[in-house]
Amino acid sequence: MMDSFFLYAGIYLCLIMLLSLYRAVFGPTVLDRMIGVNAIGSKTTALLILIGIIYQRVDMFVDIALAYACLNFIAVLAASRYFQKIKGLYDESH
Amino acid sequence: MTVSAVIFIVLGLFFFTGGSIGILRFPDFYSRLHPAGKLDSMGLLMTMAGMALYTLRDFSLPAIITALKIMLIVVLVFITSPTATHAILDAGVRAGLGPWTAPEKKVKE
Amino acid sequence: MSVDNLSPSDVAALRAKRPALPSRTKKSISFVLTFLICFATWIVLSGRFDLFHIGLGVIACSIVSSLSGTILISRRGFEQMPRQWLQFILYIPWLLYQILLANLQVTYLVFHPRMLELIDPRIIRFKSRLKKPMSLFIFANSITLTPGTITVYVSITGEYTVHVINEQAGNSLPGEMQERVARLMGE
Repeated sequence: MMDSFFLYAGIYLCLIMLLSLYRAVFGPTVLDRMIGVNAIGSKTTALLILIGIIYQRVDMFVDIALAYACLNFIAVLAASRYFQKIKGLYDESH
Repeated sequence: MTVSAVIFIVLGLFFFTGGSIGILRFPDFYSRLHPAGKLDSMGLLMTMAGMALYTLRDFSLPAIITALKIMLIVVLVFITSPTATHAILDAGVRAGLGPWTAPEKKVKE
Repeated sequence: MSVDNLSPSDVAALRAKRPALPSRTKKSISFVLTFLICFATWIVLSGRFDLFHIGLGVIACSIVSSLSGTILISRRGFEQMPRQWLQFILYIPWLLYQILLANLQVTYLVFHPRMLELIDPRIIRFKSRLKKPMSLFIFANSITLTPGTITVYVSITGEYTVHVINEQAGNSLPGEMQERVARLMGE
């Protein structure tokens, strides 16, 4: 019974990630896309541990989740450092 | 313990839902950062606490270490999430994007 | 933004504040503390207790703490370290409570059907009375985590630029949190 609960929680998390993916794909500015990608990344961290619980290998998946959290942070930091050099991030909706 | 784990995970999923819908609904990226930065880290705290409790249901040394690792992820995210939020915000300010303001206020004045 | 803003008298005051402990003792204390923190992290992350892995951990932690021991535990203000850490541990539950309040507020805004009429984003500026760089840093991160406010910019002299989601959120700044951070860092 707990297994199916975790399975449905994982599926629900994937659906929520689709909502964030909308912002990452159609976001009017580059920074909106970055917010969407960051949100997907932090949900993936939770999803990885859920997968670990479903397959009963939490001890292995927790390391992957830790590395993924670090990578997500570094990616956002690097991308925003890169984009702040570009003056006048243009708004694509105009 | 299992019941409290389920409650925590459901609460965390609720916060995650709020974060995603907030990212969709808010008008500009400054205000989108509020749900993105806060609700996501809070949802992560809740789901991770629930899963750490679920891991602790058989009380052995590997289980305790795994639960500690899960909480270490939460600590890491709580330190890095304000920094990431600030980095995106700083990029926006330096690029010269103005914040969205409520339109009806301008009409009244 | 730069340290150049400090007047010569400020620099002299900062110099005079340095504690009387000899530098070698301080160095070894910070080495041992950093080593212990690193080693605890190592044990949690590796999870194996045979001689080989523990030995690797001892070597790696020694290298790291000999190179960067003085970064985590600074040499200035050394005597008040234990009290500061105790205060920090006491500060965390209050911060968690504030974060919970913040999340409930933002969730309420997100699910409100007429959300666009409730929010009124604006950028405000205020001057904080905090002095130490570390307390400025803690205060800025706490602002980002609490109701409806995100720090945009902090200068080293304590001028904050904050993006607030509506007017009530801006009124509570700097408020109680600044007092708590000031007590935490002993200012």
